[in-house]
This record gives sequence, structure tokens and C-alpha cells, in this order.
Amino acid sequence: MPDEQEVLEDNTTRAVIAPGYTFGTVTDQIASVVLTKHQPMFWVACFGVAFSLLLLFLWAIVLLMAKGVGIWGIRTPVMWAFAITNFVWWIGIGHAGTLISAILLLLNQQWRNSINRFAEAMTLFAVACAGMFPLLHLGRPWLFYWLFPYFPTTIGVQPNFRSPLVWDVFAVSTYGTVSLLFWYVGLMPDLGTLRDRAKNRIGKMIYGVMSMGWRGSAKHWSIFETASLLLAGLATPLVLSVHTVVSFDFTIAILPGWHSTFFPPYFVAGAIYSGFAMVLVLAIPLRKVYHLEGLITRRHLDNSAKLMLATGEIVAYAYIMETFLAWYSGDVYEQAAFWHRMTGPYAITYWVLITCNIILPQALWSKRVRNNTPVLFIWSLIVLVGMWLERYIIIVSSLAQDFLPSSWSLFQATRWDWATFLGTIGLFTFLFFLFIRLLPMISIFEVRTLLPQAKVEEEVRG
Amino acid sequence: MSQIFHHSTNTLARVTIFGGVFILGFVSWALAELDTSAYATRATQAREQPVPFSHAHHAGGLGLDCRYCHTTVETSGFANIPPTKTCMNCHSEIWSTSPMLEPVRASFRTNTSINWVRVHDLPDFVYFNHSIHISKGVGCETCHGRVDRMPLTWQDASLRMQWCLNCHRHPDRYVRPREDVTMMGYEPAGDQEQIGRQLVKQYHIQDARALTSCSTCHR
Amino acid sequence: MSDLRKKLDLAAVRARLEGARGREYWRSLDDLASTEEFQDLLEREFPRQAIGWSEDENSVDGRRNFLKLMGASLALAGLTACTKQPVEHIMPYVRQPEELIPGKPLFFATATTLNGVASGVLAESHEGRPTKIEGNPEHPGTLGACDPFSQASVLQLYDPDRAQVLTYEGEVRSWAAFLAELRNIVVRQRLKNGAGIRILTETVTSPTLAAQLHAVQQALPAAKWHQWEPAGPHSARTSAMQAFGQPVHTRYNFLNANVVVSLDSDFLASGAGYLRYAREFSARRRVRTDQTTMNRLYAVEPMPTATGTKADHRLPLRAGDVEEFARALAAGVGATNGPQSGQNGDIYKWIGPISRDLLANKGASLVIAGECQPPIVHTLAHAMNAALGNVGKTVIYSDPVEAKPVDQVASLQDLVNDLDAGAVDVLLILGGNPVFTAPVELGMRDRIQKARLRIRLGLYEDETSEVCQWHLPEAHYLETWSDGRAYDGTITLMQPLIEPLYGGRSVLEIVTMMTDLPQTGAYETIRSYWASQHTGGDFEGWWRRAVHDGLVADTALPAKTVAVRGDALAPAAQAPQAGGSLEVVFRPDPTIYDGRFANNGWLQELPKPVSKLTWDNAAIIGPGTAHSLNVDTGDMLEVSYQGHSLRAPVWIQPGHVNGSVTMHLGYGRTRSGRAGDGMGFNPYGLRTAKALWHDTGLEVRKTSGSYLFATTQNEHALDTRRHIIRQGTLNEYLKNPESVHEGAEVPPRTLTLYPEFKYEGYAWGMAIDLNACTGCGACVVACQAENNIAVVGKDQVRRSRAMHWLRVDAYYSGDPDNPAIYNQPVPCQQCEDAPCELVCPVQATSHSSEGLNDMVYNRCVGTRYCSNNCPYKVRRFNFYLFSDYETPSLKLLHNPDVTVRSRGVMEKCTYCVQRINYAKIESEKENRKVREGEIQTACQATCPTEAIVFGNLNDPNSRASRMKAEKLNYALLADLNTRPRTTYLASLRNPNPEIEA
Repeated sequence: MPDEQEVLEDNTTRAVIAPGYTFGTVTDQIASVVLTKHQPMFWVACFGVAFSLLLLFLWAIVLLMAKGVGIWGIRTPVMWAFAITNFVWWIGIGHAGTLISAILLLLNQQWRNSINRFAEAMTLFAVACAGMFPLLHLGRPWLFYWLFPYFPTTIGVQPNFRSPLVWDVFAVSTYGTVSLLFWYVGLMPDLGTLRDRAKNRIGKMIYGVMSMGWRGSAKHWSIFETASLLLAGLATPLVLSVHTVVSFDFTIAILPGWHSTFFPPYFVAGAIYSGFAMVLVLAIPLRKVYHLEGLITRRHLDNSAKLMLATGEIVAYAYIMETFLAWYSGDVYEQAAFWHRMTGPYAITYWVLITCNIILPQALWSKRVRNNTPVLFIWSLIVLVGMWLERYIIIVSSLAQDFLPSSWSLFQATRWDWATFLGTIGLFTFLFFLFIRLLPMISIFEVRTLLPQAKVEEEVRG
Repeated sequence: MSQIFHHSTNTLARVTIFGGVFILGFVSWALAELDTSAYATRATQAREQPVPFSHAHHAGGLGLDCRYCHTTVETSGFANIPPTKTCMNCHSEIWSTSPMLEPVRASFRTNTSINWVRVHDLPDFVYFNHSIHISKGVGCETCHGRVDRMPLTWQDASLRMQWCLNCHRHPDRYVRPREDVTMMGYEPAGDQEQIGRQLVKQYHIQDARALTSCSTCHR
Repeated sequence: MSDLRKKLDLAAVRARLEGARGREYWRSLDDLASTEEFQDLLEREFPRQAIGWSEDENSVDGRRNFLKLMGASLALAGLTACTKQPVEHIMPYVRQPEELIPGKPLFFATATTLNGVASGVLAESHEGRPTKIEGNPEHPGTLGACDPFSQASVLQLYDPDRAQVLTYEGEVRSWAAFLAELRNIVVRQRLKNGAGIRILTETVTSPTLAAQLHAVQQALPAAKWHQWEPAGPHSARTSAMQAFGQPVHTRYNFLNANVVVSLDSDFLASGAGYLRYAREFSARRRVRTDQTTMNRLYAVEPMPTATGTKADHRLPLRAGDVEEFARALAAGVGATNGPQSGQNGDIYKWIGPISRDLLANKGASLVIAGECQPPIVHTLAHAMNAALGNVGKTVIYSDPVEAKPVDQVASLQDLVNDLDAGAVDVLLILGGNPVFTAPVELGMRDRIQKARLRIRLGLYEDETSEVCQWHLPEAHYLETWSDGRAYDGTITLMQPLIEPLYGGRSVLEIVTMMTDLPQTGAYETIRSYWASQHTGGDFEGWWRRAVHDGLVADTALPAKTVAVRGDALAPAAQAPQAGGSLEVVFRPDPTIYDGRFANNGWLQELPKPVSKLTWDNAAIIGPGTAHSLNVDTGDMLEVSYQGHSLRAPVWIQPGHVNGSVTMHLGYGRTRSGRAGDGMGFNPYGLRTAKALWHDTGLEVRKTSGSYLFATTQNEHALDTRRHIIRQGTLNEYLKNPESVHEGAEVPPRTLTLYPEFKYEGYAWGMAIDLNACTGCGACVVACQAENNIAVVGKDQVRRSRAMHWLRVDAYYSGDPDNPAIYNQPVPCQQCEDAPCELVCPVQATSHSSEGLNDMVYNRCVGTRYCSNNCPYKVRRFNFYLFSDYETPSLKLLHNPDVTVRSRGVMEKCTYCVQRINYAKIESEKENRKVREGEIQTACQATCPTEAIVFGNLNDPNSRASRMKAEKLNYALLADLNTRPRTTYLASLRNPNPEIEA
């Protein structure tokens, strides 16, 4: 173990990681989190909370299966509410991971190396949570497979490819698969490391199987490099495509407040916005608890904050344009829809969302705020709330008051709406803390490449 | 450092990875097969009945016309199962003491229905109408098979939607002249394709678009 | 409803049994089972279609839910695709009836009665199960139309809460036992000429029953026959006696009326013969290229009614002020000589113009007094019609339709006196529910028990049965033979379609039991009576025809001439009510009437005209009154009148007159059954014989607590920019037919990306005439009956989950004190460019070759995207398992041609596609096209005003096509370019230029 003095954080340099690390210390520090018997109270506590929320989720689902979606607050005309809101929100959160791992890799942004691993994990778990909702919200979930084209069929009917929901099926499943592969491939060298360092035989066995016989030979490395580059290439377009397709669910519909051409960029920006918020929400406590300030430095937080700010501005622009166009279109229904949003029954929610997503984040312009980790943590939480509210407003307020006033009716969430939502948060956290416990949350070998020693060796080699 | 796994596990790894793909394919194929199999559809399974009624004997041997018993087949959606009275028309004279027919006589005496087991059972959300099929020249045989060769009645086709669509998409491949509707073992006098097309015109059979509209069968 | 019950869940049961072991365990189980809560638990576990879904979404315990859980998991297991059908059986007839073809429905003519007056209907029968009621086109009272009550009567027939056994003091007895008892009562009573016998019936028009009762009175001269009908035409009867000195029945002919003045009469949606009146009235409003005239309606009423919504000029007046208005108008048209002005400007402001309008249309006008108005108003109406020379043209007088017209209030009072005198040994209550409906001061519940023996015949074991020793299950009208007279006296025959489900007997049979006539069934009784009446030969032929038609042609009562006696018009003893204190107004409920339909889920869930309230009544007040009382909808009021008081929730109704409180009767039942119990409050608790319909002197006090109503429409304000309701006045229209469409745009067809559909064969479409629609709601119930639509219950309606495929929207515009009110029936619009079809991921809804937006329930996975994308929001979703698959009797109710939808499935109107297919198949078998009018959708068939027309748009001569060719025709939300197949004809008003320049 490196003694603390060596890795004391240095605020002055813009180095990606703090000085004083050696190959050994890096590996030690990261691997030790996994290869140990006892966990910090922090882990136990969080894991406990997450697990109880997960149980709540299971209960909610059992009830859902037993009685039907009627247990939620949905009604005519608000046929979609929490389920789809959560779906879009989780999918969005996933984006940051892919962006970091894929795009930043291609752009050769080295600072990504120490955060890409758990960012990708976050993506996976977020997609897992998101992926559940399209199934759960079905009236007859057990028939979900009708949304897939499958052969041979005995009823001679295939899905309706004009429907955005079918596009969703493809978009999301592709996204899930690619992210999983990318993440797993990236893990293999470290799994190898863990296998070699694991104390007991079972540990060796498990990590052994998972590392698929990784020996770190030059051949392995070269194949590995190619693979990750290819996967990065595959994943990059997904960052844009997935949320674009998700936004089609709304833009294809004729509903005022949904029927809009610039949803795709607006949604993608929003996705990355919330994604980086989640990255920070996870990173800040982790580096504190596991003393990783040396590996996840101020620089990482700062960059993430800046990205948040940038995407946040895009989102702000989208809001303004959306409202302007509604007015400019001269369309009665569009105008009414936005008027209702701002002054109607959902006005409070709407203004809270504006505050969370546009007004407060402006503080991130200041370096002092960006460097103040506790504040940054809270700000990220605020953005996450804001982004959830954004989807909620878009979906619910548009549906509640559309064309014929005669069928207007306001959505009221039931306790089971909340249970399902909190449940998925539980599931997410549950999976994430399992990940921390069982796998290296920071890519050992990639961080190593950041060490000065690595450069030296390169020179020697070259 | 000692090896944890034997060398052979490499092969194992490869097999499982590639195998997964094929296993998925196989499963979906197997399910589809199962769905159309006799097990699921009960097709080709002779059904136990309170009275071992033989179409082979009545329709085949004696050559009774289907419509002698199934009287409403031309007028109603439901081709009725004959009332006990119909059986007794003959069986008060012939086989009037056969123990095999006791349930029939009992039914007639006690005025209680014979509890037949339903052989062709479409789901409740499918609205099949016999009369229109008959009047458009769809033979009994086309769906029910060679009933005249069934000592105990069984379902001939799978009755799965795909099977219905075969005809609703290409009626010309199946229709026959009205007068031959109840004929068993009908052979088209010439090229079915051509006869069929001509009959479709003659009987004003709707085009595939109308025949495959959902509400044609589902309400 | 469940929230009103004490709750007990399985957890609590377990808790109670905690610690108990062995024999003790079972004992505690026993006394637990006897507790009310446990019974209640069982009840909640019991099937509940007739009641609706009443559980709160949070309870998962209970058998049914457990089963559903299993079902769900099984279904998940069912992913393994092998969906194997369960083995089913076929039970053919032993001897098949000739006329019956399995799989084809039969129709029988019969009739329903309300207040004794018969309306002819055709009952549809599937293999012997009546499933649907249609109007009888031959019948003068219905002309093929049908009212909500008759439509819903099939549900009543199968209602699992109906009385199913004959009981004496709660113990089951046989009919034989009762007959024996009744016979020796009669024998004993003979000794004193039956002085101890009292028979209480509802209003009787049945000639046969009357004859039987007559026979009873012959045998037992001292026996008395009383009649009581809580919502009957009491005033009309009294007025007739005062005005003409004899019982006279008044009927109207709206075909000849250019100007109609309604004095608080809801002749378009209630009262005898309203179906015909509505038909005739609307015929005179049907403005087309070939008909450019239109009648004019002035309506004076406290509470906006269906009739009020059609008025060209509606004047909200307190019920008590209508008399003053009538007097002024009578003076105005010269019928009397009284003041034509007074201090209350509201009453007098239109007297001049209206009376001039009436005078200008002598012989072609009509003044009609409401059944709830006092006799004097009726008398004034008679006088006016006489003065205007309308008698014989728009007003026809005849002998009474009722067998024995009596002042029923007096009749009931008389009975009460006898009860007090202890003169009543045996009281037979045949039908009705006097304990619940009698005037409050009579204290019927206790009074009745002064009769030594009380015998009750009724459909339900209700409040009255509670205080009677004998309860006899009554036969539903679909279970027995009977007869009656239509609104115009036409003799109407009723035949049964099914054996009595619970061995019930009809009133006729019970009365026959009291005579020495041969104890034959209802059939023989009816037949022999008419045989005795029949003159001329071939009775058999005559009888067969009568039964087949359901009526005897040309038996309407002949018109007779009567004159109003001068003294009848003398000003009332006490001056018209001073405007000071609040006025209480009682009205029969638009959907459950006087309470007799309280347990009918269809009627309970049928939104009431104008207010769209379901499952409840309310203390209905105008905006002004609400302001002065400082109350809002949902606040609880303590209302008291003449020492009686009760708590009632407030409902603010725009258009309701200020200064009075309207309460609909029939709610607050305690023993109606699972659907009706505990719904609303009971205004009978305030209703006295002196003020059957209205009186001043009501005190109200705001109390704590608030009330949640269940409505199907929360927003009534009309946003004119959306052009939802297009309307104008007749003159504007005649000047410029396009005027109604001002500002509305219709985008070019080329806007859509998708290719046009081609329709070689039929192209079904519908046109709805907003000018004709009265918003009565008959179509909604008809749709529910035809399409197996589930009842969801108050709680679910509150969550906007009502399942009606067809809804009637009500919009208000203008001054909230007296807004213009528009009704708009909205079924699925069957769009050409349907937003729903595009977004369904599994093609569960797709375009048919005839232009319908088909909905395939068994393909639907329930993403609900189609509903989100439907601008008309006509799609309905099964959030729970709303359909009842369990209750045996209700299985008989289902229409076999329509799938019963399961949980998690979207459903909607498809123009009754089952009827379309039936007609198509029949026509194709005959190698012909479907004839115009051969297909009638359920809503169209039942509509009293023929507002809904369905037909083939590929045929330019079909009525639908011709209506769509009209200038008034428009599509709802046309600017969305969905190009609906259902279009509307704009609504026109014909205001009096003197009043509205």
C-alpha cells in the first residue's frame, strides 16, 4: 500500500492523476478494494438501502402482474406517465458512459481512463433499469415478444415497422448489447490481474473464467486494442442514435408538446447532461470513501462539470426554442399546450424543472463552484431531478390537456408509481455496489498507461 | 504460477460462445414447431365421444350428405350438431337395441342433451362463419379433411391463424364449384389455379385485402 | 362503495385466528365467519360486474387477486407458445325448435313499462337468452327508438342481486305454501267482504290486470285497491279533474307545432311518450337543403334538462315562479285576463315576444306543462292551448290511459288512515317500493307494520320487503306475459323470452290467486281476457298477429273534446312563493329514475345529461347561489326542510336557476343491492305530500367534510378557436350556409405521407346531427349492451377510466347563469389517416378494406400508444380485469358476437362491426349488395331523434352520404387532417328576432 503522504492530492498541476504512483501502487490500491474481506460501513450501508429498495421494486412488480397497470395513476387521457418517464430518464443517464468510453477514447482523451470503467458499468445498469419499463408498462407484459419480429411465426403477423416503439426495441437492445460487450472486453485484462492476485481458489476460479484465459501476451494486447477500437467505433453512433429514436416515440405522435422536429438533438443533449450528472454523483463519494482522489482527480470532476454545463446550455436553448416555436407556429393546440405547462395545473413542476435544469446550473460557470466537490455533488443531484421532471412534464402535461377539453383529466401518481420508480433506483444502486465490490471500479491497466513510467518504457521501446 | 484450468477449457469457452447463437435459433424454431404440433393443436387426434359416432360409416359408407345432420351449415355461422331427434329418425328403426346407442336413446327418453366433445374449437375471439364459406365454394373437406374416412372424428388442420391466411390470401387455390362443396375427395376438373380464379370472379369472392382485414374474423 | 363498508382483509382474519389452536381454532373461525366484516369480505371477494370495480389499487390480498397472480404467472409461463385450448363440449338440442337456428338471433316483440305506460320494444334472443333491447318500429310510443331504462333492463333481468327465493320472515317457502296461505286469507276475509284487505300497486294501465283487480273487488267488495307512483303525473291528473271535471289524458303532436313553450317540461327526455315527442320535435328541426324551416322552443325551467339544451330561448326560473310566468303568458295570449308584468323582471321579460310568437302561430303552437309543475300550471297550459286553437292539432285530449286514475297521494293517505285505524289485516304490496318512496311525513316504514300480515311482491328484497313477512320474487317483464297501454292508449302486449330465472311470478298472477278464477298462468289469463274482449271472428289470427307485433293496431284512444272550466283558473289561494328563502326542487333522477334502477350498473354509470355526473345525486345549485352560500362543488351541506334534514354534497351547475336547490330522487338506497347501496343521499327524506316537487323554506348550512364526485367530463368550457362545436342561427345559415364554419380550416389531402386507401366495395361512415341530439344518453347504454362493455364503478370513473365507447360531451358557452349548452356524441371517428394505426407496434389496430379502424383485442399487448395519439380520446383501456368472467347469470347477458375483453387490452367503437359483418354475409349469400338501412349501429337504432345516421359512403344516395353533402357537415378537429369517417352537422338555433336581434 502507498502511504498517504505520497498520494496527497495536488491542486496546482493539471495532471490527470496525482504524482507518486507506481505500477504497483496503482494496482494495489484499485485491486485492494475488491480483494478484501471487510468493506467500509459506507458500502454496507448503501448496499443495505439499495437492497431494501430492490425488494420494494419486486413487490411492486408482483402487484403489477397480479392486478394490472391500473395500480398506477394512469388514466384516459394520460396513458403514459411514470413508466415512460423513468424509461427515458434511465436511458439518458446511460449515455455518459458510452460517451466517455467510446468517443473520448477515439478522441484520445486520456483523462477518461480513470473514470470510464464505472461510467460504463453505470451505463449498463441504467440501460438495464430503462429496459424494464417498456415491458412492465405493457397491459399484457407476457406478450412482449410480439414486439420483436420472429420467425417462424404461427399467426402470420409481424410487428408494425411504422411504429416508433418497434424502433425502440431495436435501438435499446443494440445499445445494451454493445455496451455490455465493450465493458466486458475492457474488463478482461484487469480480470486477469485479479485472478492472479486473488487469495483463495474460488476467487481465482471465478476471475479465471471471466478473464477468459487472459495472459497479457503481446498478441493478446494487440487483439485487445483492435477489439476495443472497433467496439468504440460501434458505440459512438449509438450515443446519438439511441436517444434520437427514443425521442421519436414523442415526435411521431401528433400530440401538442410532443410533435416537434428538434426533439432528437434536444434529447441527446439532455441525455448526456443527466449522464454526467450521474457520473459525478457516483464519482464524488467513491473517491472520498476509497481514497481515490489521486486517481479521480479534480481534473476529472472539472471536465465532467464543464461537459454538464455545455450540454445544459444546449438544453436551455432547446427549451427556449420549443416555447418560441409553439408561439410562432400560431397553432392553437401547441400554444395552449405550452400555456398550460407554464400556468396550468403542472406549472409548479414546470418551474421547478426550469430552475433545476437552467437557472441553478449556471453556477457551474464559476471555477470555485466546480472545484467545490460537495457543492458539485448537490448540483449534480439537482440536475438529475431536473431531467426527470423534464420528461415527466413533456409526457404528462402534454397528455393531460390535448385537443378535446371534454376528455381532459389530470394525472395523480399512486404510491405504486413511486414504488416502481424508487425500486429501479434501488436496482441500479444494488448492481452498482455489487460491481464495486466484485470488479475493479477503475481500469487498472489504462490508468497505468498514464504513469510517467509508462512513457519512459515507451521511449525505451521506441 | 500454477494453471487454474486445464488446457481443454479453451475449447469449452469457444464452443459455449458460438454455441449460444445456434441454441437461440434452435429454441425459437422448436417453439414454433411445438405450437403447430398435434400436441398443441390436437390435430389428427381422434377424440373420445360419449357415443362412438363414425363419420366413416355415415358419410363414407352410407353416403349421407353432410347437410342431412348439419342442417344449419348453409344458413348460419354455426354448423349445428344434430339434435338427438335426428339420430332417432333412423335409429328408432335400425340398431334400435344396440347397447352402443343407449346414450342416444337415453337422451331422447330423458330429454337431456348428449354431451359431445368439441373437436374443432376455435378461440373465442375468432368468428368463423360456416354459411358464407359454403356459399363461396369452400369445401367441407378443405378444412375438415376426409371426414368420410374418420371412424372417430378428429381435427385435420392445425387451425392456426397462419393456416387460415393461406386461403384468405389466395382463395383461388382452394375454392371449388358450389355443387361440389360437400363432396369428399374432390378433384378439380383441370387446373385448380385457373378454375379457382374463374370461381373467385363468379362467386364475387372479396380480394385478399378485404379477406385479411382484421375485422373479417376478429371483433 | 367499499370505502363505506367496514373493511377486513385476510391479514386481519389471520390476526384474529392467531393463537387459537385445535377446537378453539375452529370455534373462533365460526364466530368470525358470523361477523359482518367477514360477510363483507366474502362479498368483496364475490364477483362484481353489476357493481363495478371497487377495490383500491393497493390491496393485493384476497382470493381473486391471488388467482390473478397465478394467472399472470401462468401466462408468463405460456411464453413457451404452446397455447393449448381447454377441452370444450357441445350440447345439442334433443328436439330442436323449428324457428330456432343455432347461431342466429331471434327478435320478439314485447314492451317495458314506466309509471304503467308501455313502450314497445323488440328483444333480441340468442339461443333463448335475451341479450339486447331495441325499439319496436311498429309501436306508436317508440317508433323504433328506445330509452336508457329499457336498454338497461336486460342487465336488470340478469342482476345477481335480484330476489331469488320466496321467503316468509326470512325463511324460504314454496309458492304452494304461499298460495295456500293466500287462499285461506281470502276465505277468512270473505266473511267481512274483504274489509281487511288492502292492495297497493304501482300505476296500472294493463286492461287484464285491471279486470282481475275488478274481479277481486267483486268477490271482496270491501277490499281496497290503492296506487302509488312516486314520480307519476300527479299534477296532470289533479289538473284534469279541476279543469275538465273528469279524468282526461293529454297527448301532444309536435309535428304540427311551429312554436313550443315548455313550462318546466322535459318532454324530450322523460315522461310518457317522450320517445315519440323527441322524434317529432327533431323532425321539425332538421334543417337541410330541402328543408329550411325550423320550429322554435322556449324552455322555462330551474335545472338545465335535455330539453333545455335544445331550447332556442331558455329562461331559468325557480320552479315556484313558473306558475307566475304561466299566468302572465296566459294573459298575454288572451286565455285569461291577468297582469302581464310584475316586480320580478326575470319572469316577465319575455312574455311579450313569446305571446306574440304564439299568437302568430295559432293552431300551430304548443304550450306544455311539466309533470313536476303544480296542477294550476297544467290548467293554464290547457287554457292557453285552447285559446291558441291548438286543441286537436298539437294537443289531443282522450280518456285516461290508466285503468283507474286516482289522486295517488290521497289514495296513499287513505291507506295510511286505515293502517292507523288498525283496519288492515292483509296488505299486499305488488311492485313499487313505498317504504322508500312514500312522502316522509307518512312514516311508511312504521305505518306499514300496523298491517297484521304484509305480503310483498318485488324484483328485489328492498326496503319495503324488510318490513313485510312475505317476500315474493317478482317475474321480470322478460320472464312473463303481460299487457298495458302506450302513451296514446294503444294496447301493447308483452311476451316472455325466458323462463323465470328465479321462479318469479307477475303481479297479474298474484292477483289471479286471489280470485276464484282458474289458477292458470299469466299466458292463459291474458289470452282469455282478450278473447273475451275480442269482437269479430278469427280470434286466433288476431291474437297471433297482436303477439307478433307486440301491439293491437289502431287502438289509440280516440280524441275527445273537453272545455276548461272558468273557475279552474282562479288565482291560487296563497300568492306565488315570495322570492326570499331557498327553494327545494325534487326531480326523478335522469338515469335511475325514482330509485327502482338503483342497482343497475349501466344506468348508475350512465353520465347524467348536462352534468355528466355518475353514481351520485347532489344538491344542485346555480353559480349565484353557490357564491352567496360561499360553497363549492364537493362541499357538504346540511339541508333541512320542515323539520326533516339531511347532509348532501354541493354540485354547482351552470344554467341552474339561483335561489333553488335541485335534488334527484332515487339515491341513498339501503337495500337495493351491491351496486346501489350507499350511493348518494336520499331526498325522499325531505319530500312531503304537500310539496311533492318543490317548495320554498329550505334551510342550508355548510358543514365540514367534502365529497368526491365521479364525472366523465371535467372541462366544459368551449374554446371557440378549436371549432369543436360549430353552430349558428337559422337566419345566418340561410344567408350564408358557410357561416357556421367561419375560421375553421381544412388542410389539403396531400399533406399525408402515406398513399390514399382505395375502397372498391363499401366505405362505411357516420353522420351525427348536433341539431337533433338531446344528450339523453340512450345511445351510450345501447352501445354498452351491444358491445359487452364493462361497468367499472364509481372509484374507477373518478380515475377517468369509464369504458363507454360512445360518450356524449356537453359544452357550455356564455353566461354561466344561463349558458348555451351543446351535446356532442363522440364515438370512434374512424379516421382515414388514423394516428392510432400508425403507432401500434403490433398492428392490433389497422385499417380495414372498408375504412374502419379495426381493433383486434386478442392482438393488443397494451402499450396504450394508440390512445395517446388519438386526438379524440375515444379509446378505452382495461386497466384491470373489468369484464366479469365469473357471475353465472351475467354470462347469459353477453352478446356472443362480440369478444369479452380481458385485462390490459385497448378497446373502442368499430361501428358495431359485428352487425356490419352479419349484414354483409347475409347479402353475399343472396348475391346482392347490402341495402341502405340494412345495417343500423346500436346507437343509431336506439336514438329517439335519429341524430345518428350510419351508411355506405360509396353510395351517394345513402342517408349518410346525403347528410355529409350538407353545408352544415363538418369534421371534428378537421385541421389535424385525420379525415374522420364520423362527421357532424352543425347545430342551429332559431331565436326569436324580438328577443335576440
